[in-house]
Amino acid sequence: MSVLGHYSYWITVILMVAGLYIVIARGNLIKKLIGLSIFQTSVYLLYIAPGKLIGGTAPIVADGFKVYSNPLPHVLILTAIVVGVATLALGLAIVVRIREAYGSIEEDEILAADRDSGAGA
Amino acid sequence: MTLAHLPALVVVVPLLAAPLAVLLRRSSAAWAIASAACAFSFAAALLLAAEVAAQGPISYHLGSWPPPWGIEYRVDALSAFVLVLVSGIGTLTALYAWRSIAAELPRDQLYLYYAMHCLCVAGLLGMTITGDAFNLFVFMEIASLSSYVLIALGRDRRALLAAYQYLILGTIGATFYVIGVGLLYLATGTLNIADLAERLPQAASPRAVLAALAFITVGVSLKLALFPLHFWLPNAYAYAPSAVTAFLAATATKVSVYVLLRFYFGIFGLQLVTELLPMREILLALSLVAILTASLVALWQADLKRLFAYSSVAQIGYITLGISMASHDGLTAAVVHLFNHGITKGALFLLIGGIALRARGASLECARGLGRSMPLTSLGVVIAGLSLIGVPGTAGFVSKWYLVLGAIEAGSWWLVAFVVATSLIAAAYVWRFVEAAYLSAPGARTPEPGETPATMLVPAWILVAACVGFGLQTSWSVGTAQRAAALLLGGAP
Repeated sequence: MSVLGHYSYWITVILMVAGLYIVIARGNLIKKLIGLSIFQTSVYLLYIAPGKLIGGTAPIVADGFKVYSNPLPHVLILTAIVVGVATLALGLAIVVRIREAYGSIEEDEILAADRDSGAGA
Repeated sequence: MTLAHLPALVVVVPLLAAPLAVLLRRSSAAWAIASAACAFSFAAALLLAAEVAAQGPISYHLGSWPPPWGIEYRVDALSAFVLVLVSGIGTLTALYAWRSIAAELPRDQLYLYYAMHCLCVAGLLGMTITGDAFNLFVFMEIASLSSYVLIALGRDRRALLAAYQYLILGTIGATFYVIGVGLLYLATGTLNIADLAERLPQAASPRAVLAALAFITVGVSLKLALFPLHFWLPNAYAYAPSAVTAFLAATATKVSVYVLLRFYFGIFGLQLVTELLPMREILLALSLVAILTASLVALWQADLKRLFAYSSVAQIGYITLGISMASHDGLTAAVVHLFNHGITKGALFLLIGGIALRARGASLECARGLGRSMPLTSLGVVIAGLSLIGVPGTAGFVSKWYLVLGAIEAGSWWLVAFVVATSLIAAAYVWRFVEAAYLSAPGARTPEPGETPATMLVPAWILVAACVGFGLQTSWSVGTAQRAAALLLGGAP
């Protein structure tokens, strides 16, 4: 029961580890960025899920409602989402420049190209 | 009236200067506005430091919302010290960039550099001044995103790959940090640093606090390039434009060290940090390996920028070594070395930028016979190099002195021997420059006789003079560091 009751944490952990694994294991620069995005997304869930109280309503003071959900995590994560989008956009922009400069977005090919030009110089 | 708002203005002015620089587009206007904004922050930081020294910590409530509900900006002895370092280096590198960056970037892109420089300065200052753990994350990302762009501006195509790798590792670091902050928030229900420190001992779940400590340690260590998380650093420093290398080397990693100090001593407290994880032993071991291996790797580098980049990894090891002692002298050494190494590395990379400009490269080959063709630049590198080694009379000596005092106090004489012995390795890699510049005949890549342009040489020499000045006149730097150490050890800030 308690294992299943924590299902939002399980999803968070699975997303976190999966994202990090993609970043480390994949050589394709775009796939690495996707992994990074998944990794960041898991954090959004980590913050937001505990903010919900069972039976809680939106935090507006009114008669008849005593239990409110915590709005602060939502505000924090709005900021974090903006940061995540900015990071992804910048990362993709750099990948475009890398493709223009190297003609490839595979990490091993790029490193090999650098080794060759380094040996030639 | 405006003076009361200095803590906000110190961050807001460079933050607003960035879009202004983009709107103005003309490179000279962008340069002027970036320099003026950084100079304003520097003046404001000095004023704040003077006020803190006279009247104690300043707490500024953004939008008049009192903490812990609103965001608090907090200036104390430690953060004022780091503010002065960051804004001072920011000003000098902005002035320096006038000639340096113009030679490395197309004319119509120059304003973008100045905009990013302002953003990076604003981000680093914000990380230092804020008293809110989540606000710190936002500023960390402002500083990081702009520094990825700054590094990608390098002329070499390898700069792009270095920026990409730094983006991946930097984002993982920042995300680890924010996971740690999230766990702390879940455990205590607050994000204000002072409030966190108060509520943490009563946290219901020690396991959440343990996980938070681990996540924050790894995340911030990635940012400060603690061995073995330093792999992004040498490439980023080597391929970035010279002014960017100097600025990042002198400030970015130092602010991350400051964040680590804040969390270890300001939030978790020494007792909790050592109780939950053997953090002092871990830091000690990593610092020793960092100092030893990075110094040895630096010995074999053919490129001056890479050589001093690896030396940075080693010098950060000295700072974390001071933190691992967790005594008054050890923390004094860490804080004062944070400052002294900032000005020393700033001076070195500014001077190497001059060599790179004249010789179109920064390999040791370019430095052959440089003592004759660029006498002032070479002399500056030698003096800053002496400070890096820790020769008496330079700033580097002061920090190593307190490090040795801390080691003696802890009774570990082998650590004293280690600090002295590794300083000899630093002497060996600085000697490689001396040998090339003064004892070798000019080679094919040596530039024609002629100095670095004055607009680049003057900022560099101001920092070289500071290396000697803070080595002889230590009352301000060491005095502030000692107050900061007492503050950190005294529990919550």
